Amino acid sequence: MTASESYPDDLLYHAEHDWARIDGDEAVLGVTWYAQDALGELVHYEPPALGATIGKDASYGEVESVKAVSDLISPLSGEVLEINQKVVDAPETVNEDPYGDGWLIRIRMSSPDEREQLLDRAGYARVLEAEA
Amino acid sequence: MSYLSLTDADREAMLATIGISSVEELFRDIPPGVRYARELDVAPALTEVELQRHLEELASKNTVDEVCFLGAGIYDHYVPAVVDAVLQRGEFLTAYTPYQPEMSQGVLQAIFEYQTAICELTGMDVSNASGYDGTTVAADACFVAKHATGRSKVVVTEATNPQVRQVVKTYAPGFGLEVVEVPHEGGTTDPDRVRDAAEGAAAVIFQQPNFFGILEHAPELAAAANDAEAMPIAHVDLVSLGVLEAPGNYGCAMAIGEGQSAGNAMSYGGPHYGFLAARSDYIRRLPGRIVGETVDAAGDRGYVLTLQTREQHIRREKATSNITTNQTLLALAGLVHLSLLGPQGLRELGETCMALAGYAQGRLAAAGLEPVFPEKATFKEFAVHTGRNAREALGAARAQGIYAGYPLGRDYPGLDDALLVAVTEKRTVEEIDRLVEALS
Amino acid sequence: MKLIYEKSQAGRRGIGIPKPDLPVPAVPPELARQEPPRLPELAEPEVMRHFTALSTRNFGIDTGFYPLGSCTMKYNPRVNERLAGLPGFAGLHPLVEDDAAQGALELEWNLQEILLEVTGLDAVSLQPAAGSQGELTGLMLFRAYFADRGESETRRKIVIPDTAHGTNPASVTMAGFEVTHVKTDARGNIDVDDLRGKVDEQTAGLMLTNPSTLGLFDENIEEIRDIFHGAGALMYYDGANLNAVCGVSRPGDMGFDVVHINLHKTFSQPHGGGGPGGGPIAVRDLLEPFLPAPVVVKDGATFRLDYDRPKTIGKVRAFSGPFGVFVRSYAFMRSYGPGLLEMSEVAVLNANYMLARLKGAYDVQYDRLCMHEFVLSARHLKKEHGVSALDVAKRLMDYGFHPPTIYFPLVVPEALMIEPTESEAKETLDAFCDAMIAIAREAAEDPEIVHTAPHSRPVQRLDEVRAAKQPVVRFQFGGHPARQS
Repeated sequence: MTASESYPDDLLYHAEHDWARIDGDEAVLGVTWYAQDALGELVHYEPPALGATIGKDASYGEVESVKAVSDLISPLSGEVLEINQKVVDAPETVNEDPYGDGWLIRIRMSSPDEREQLLDRAGYARVLEAEA
Repeated sequence: MSYLSLTDADREAMLATIGISSVEELFRDIPPGVRYARELDVAPALTEVELQRHLEELASKNTVDEVCFLGAGIYDHYVPAVVDAVLQRGEFLTAYTPYQPEMSQGVLQAIFEYQTAICELTGMDVSNASGYDGTTVAADACFVAKHATGRSKVVVTEATNPQVRQVVKTYAPGFGLEVVEVPHEGGTTDPDRVRDAAEGAAAVIFQQPNFFGILEHAPELAAAANDAEAMPIAHVDLVSLGVLEAPGNYGCAMAIGEGQSAGNAMSYGGPHYGFLAARSDYIRRLPGRIVGETVDAAGDRGYVLTLQTREQHIRREKATSNITTNQTLLALAGLVHLSLLGPQGLRELGETCMALAGYAQGRLAAAGLEPVFPEKATFKEFAVHTGRNAREALGAARAQGIYAGYPLGRDYPGLDDALLVAVTEKRTVEEIDRLVEALS
Repeated sequence: MKLIYEKSQAGRRGIGIPKPDLPVPAVPPELARQEPPRLPELAEPEVMRHFTALSTRNFGIDTGFYPLGSCTMKYNPRVNERLAGLPGFAGLHPLVEDDAAQGALELEWNLQEILLEVTGLDAVSLQPAAGSQGELTGLMLFRAYFADRGESETRRKIVIPDTAHGTNPASVTMAGFEVTHVKTDARGNIDVDDLRGKVDEQTAGLMLTNPSTLGLFDENIEEIRDIFHGAGALMYYDGANLNAVCGVSRPGDMGFDVVHINLHKTFSQPHGGGGPGGGPIAVRDLLEPFLPAPVVVKDGATFRLDYDRPKTIGKVRAFSGPFGVFVRSYAFMRSYGPGLLEMSEVAVLNANYMLARLKGAYDVQYDRLCMHEFVLSARHLKKEHGVSALDVAKRLMDYGFHPPTIYFPLVVPEALMIEPTESEAKETLDAFCDAMIAIAREAAEDPEIVHTAPHSRPVQRLDEVRAAKQPVVRFQFGGHPARQS
């Protein structure tokens, strides 16, 4: 069952359709409803290695549907602490619950100030409007 | 022109619908500076009768009536009549890649069956729907290995087909790969030297039976590669796999090869098919088409192209390969041939080749033509000393209607008197006796 | 339909093998096959019937209209099959000495001469096995050329328009170059302003399909040529769309330095359900020294393969190329002679006629005359009735047609890329256009019938998600997943 469109207030957004939920010096990352809708049902998630260093605005992995591949663009820099095995095993979890069970990785931020460069819900809504 | 249907009236009506007055006007977007103003300077058109005559004349200038003991990668095996009949079915012959599965269940199921046959023969989990030939699949395998291991060196044994090595070397710089060759010693490859060379390598490619027709200690070569965490890749002959062990059963990561032996005419070098199979770990890194099973909206079984996100039309510069058009029809020929043979026929085919080759080797030795690599087990091909320049020996035999083999000196300095002799199930004892006489 | 493995019965076989009265040498036990491969066991009649049954579940040009854009699905003359099967061709081993292959070499030489005339270039390699291998070979020649000039470290970039086939960027990566993307302008040409900013002394070259995958001839080709050659860079012509311009305009005259020719498209080698193809390349003289070896050479009245090429890039496949493909394409060319011009003219006429008939019912992004193919968009059907390009494609099957290429090129949303070729009668073109117009009407009146199409094929729409999620890519015998039908 695909989720209906939403963009929670408590998240920060990146214009490449990724989100971050910050908790102390850690953050959980995922893709937005818009991203999963554009891709269609996901069939594969290629996560980064545990412990890998990832950089803001750079690709840390890939998600695939039948007809498309999308780089996962990190909104923040940091070290990968955890990978969501549930999405590895059942990639459609992202379609069903992009902000909850469909999270992708948890990181320890290396430059917490980067959050200042991310968008709030209203800012991301303007990005979506521009793309439409 | 008999391949065109439009009448003058058709053309007039179509131009009117388009809203222009001449065919010339269709090309108005082409800048005058790059328009070709002349008639093409090519020979006049031929009718079908004339065309048949012209091509028959060209074909007659080739010599195909000498008894063929030439192999070196392409073999004079028998192609059953059913193969030709199936390939001439227009629904297979004149279709393209099954992008629309509902229109293409026939070829999709056939490819699925082909993938199964290749996996069964090689002991692997997944096969693609074909590469261009036995050389390019080796380059493909290097690309897979580089990305799977993150290493930038590949090892190829010198006893691997020289054309395979040349193609790997041609592709390697673009891949950022260094190619290291391990020399043979007396016709086979020393596993210890492979182990040393494989240090830090992405893959080790070896051929079984090797280019000299000799059986390598394949399990030990695979183990040597695995010791260095390099992917062992066996280049094998499908026709041998009824009697020789499957590479998947002795530790190989991938199995590749030239498919011509199963189902294809020699045809002066093509078109043939290259097969490429791997353990399931590598499925997302494989090049080319892969067919998968699924169900339709009614729940009935059907087949589709799958894991297409690997491919160039989706992943573009990050694709696992640029391959698009492949060799499906030739692979289908392979499937038909293998289906006719069955396990027993494939085994007998291998045994007959071995029996005839063994007979030839013995008779030649008795006539004074010693094996180049004595005491080595061989399959359907072997090297003999001719006692003179091998090209001279070849010429002398050809004068007696025998094409005696391949002069190894072309690729291996120091083996100038050696001839590589291939014996398929099409050869007879009488023909082998003539070979012996012609070379003596 | 059952798999051939499910029809197998132990003990049956489809062909006998000669058994000479000779001992079979033993295979060393550690190298011998332990378990026989589970190949099917059937008698010959059942094998023939199995594959005949499979063929009836397939659709080829012999079956009906197959307007698969960018693939040039033209009629494949039957005489060419007979000619390729002549024993003097099919029975010839590729490693025979040149004196035994004079007819084959002469055919290859003659084929090269025609390719040179059609492309307007100076030398040919027949070796590449398909268009994408021709691309890769061409890029290897670029690399060798710049290495020879001491520029291999600096010339790293290949410019590719956003309309390009995916093979172009994939080939660039395989050849060790980097891709620079350039945009398409409002008329469907390369955006020359965007291009100027992207070509410099680090540019190795351009890869361009002309006419493009939009079916449009680039009106600024001379300016583009001046930009690249002015920067000391080379130009690669993707010959996928050569069927539009034989005898009309030559890539060499447009300024291209390398061209690949898809023999299976323009010159009618049957596509075989996915292949074989042939992808010879023609090059300007400055690249000739680097061509793959061997090349066919004519000495007086005889022909030979020349391996002595000190600057060659090496080999990209075995032998001199897929010879059987050469026989068919050469025969096709000789059937047309200079009439290859008429072939292209009719291909372009057919495409424009269909475009004129269909542009009311579907969207057209670039309102120009097209070349041999054109791209429609179903974006209004999608927006207004929820009927996508995929739905239109599936519904066309019920009208008896193979669908066009869909969702390509990427710059057109809901794209339907239609290439009729020269082979079709006006009645066929009309019937297809009638079907397309009828489907557009159905989309408004009865979208469900379109959404659930096809209704006439051996299977309904297939679940591609399931196939990709849990790939089953070979029959697993006893362990095979539960199955129907």
